[in-house]
Amino acid sequence: MAKLTLNKLIIANKKFNSRLIVGTGKYRNMNECAKALEYSGAEIVTVAVRRVNISDKKKPLLMDYIDPKKITYLPNTAGCFNSKEALRTLRLAREIGGWKLVKLEVLGDKKNLFPEMIETLKSTEILTKEGFKVMVYCNDDPLMAKRLENAGASAIMPLAAPIGSGLGILNKVNIKIIRKQTKLPLIIDAGLGQASDAAIAMELGCDGVLVNTAIAKAKKPFKMALAFKNAVIAGRQSYMAGRIKKIIIGSPSSPSKGII
Amino acid sequence: MKKIKKIKIKLNGKIKLVNKNLSVQNLVNEFKIPIKKVAIELNEEILNKKMLKKIRLKKNDKIEIVHFIGGG
Repeated sequence: MAKLTLNKLIIANKKFNSRLIVGTGKYRNMNECAKALEYSGAEIVTVAVRRVNISDKKKPLLMDYIDPKKITYLPNTAGCFNSKEALRTLRLAREIGGWKLVKLEVLGDKKNLFPEMIETLKSTEILTKEGFKVMVYCNDDPLMAKRLENAGASAIMPLAAPIGSGLGILNKVNIKIIRKQTKLPLIIDAGLGQASDAAIAMELGCDGVLVNTAIAKAKKPFKMALAFKNAVIAGRQSYMAGRIKKIIIGSPSSPSKGII
Repeated sequence: MKKIKKIKIKLNGKIKLVNKNLSVQNLVNEFKIPIKKVAIELNEEILNKKMLKKIRLKKNDKIEIVHFIGGG
């Protein structure tokens, strides 16, 4: 049975068993977040960099709930709208504890939260030169994905749909084209709504998916975390198994020979 | 007793009155900041956490102390 196990996800020379990355935002509390993470089986979590609450010293810290020695923290630049803000945020993130693997996310549009690709590309170039391993949130444009790759990105992370929208993968063709053109890890980031969306992403040949809202805001986050875990595994296995060709006529599954 | 002069600084966007010449290390201690879990910026320059004792605060300094919180 050994040959049927899934190969590992490799990002910037680091190996991961799980192909599901989860966000840690939007949960009711830290306990719920940590438990959902456990159900998801994810080994990487995205985290945001924010001011310490000076007036409330008893406020719980994320690191007390999710051990950064066991789970890889992937600092993001959520809320940054230009390269300068994104660079500042990630340099601070690195200073907190030596994190070099980061998620770059420069937004250009407050309503749809679409990525600002020119600033994103510029930031990728600078961060790569500074030694960061940059996983880049981007739109599903194959040309831009290529430019990010050329700029030294460690992973290409196109959106499925707007962040938090739950619409699922809107442009499967573009995702397939990006898959064909790159050997870099391709991770669907943002816009998934339910577990089957993750399975579809994996069946398109993506190396992983990044999910936050769909789990955190599900009626039962733990069940949804488990569902996403299973969907990612099923989708990956389905992709590796190689699907049948689509045809428009019926083909009986039972032999016609020997019919009584 | 000699009166210690106070200066105004901005800590995480809020104005605070602190003793003149207070070191960043003292400031961090005063607010019980878990130093290993944060990064500190002084006037938009990241501070080396090993140097905090040597850096003294001046009037109108802007300090930002950040950490990781939940995010997507």
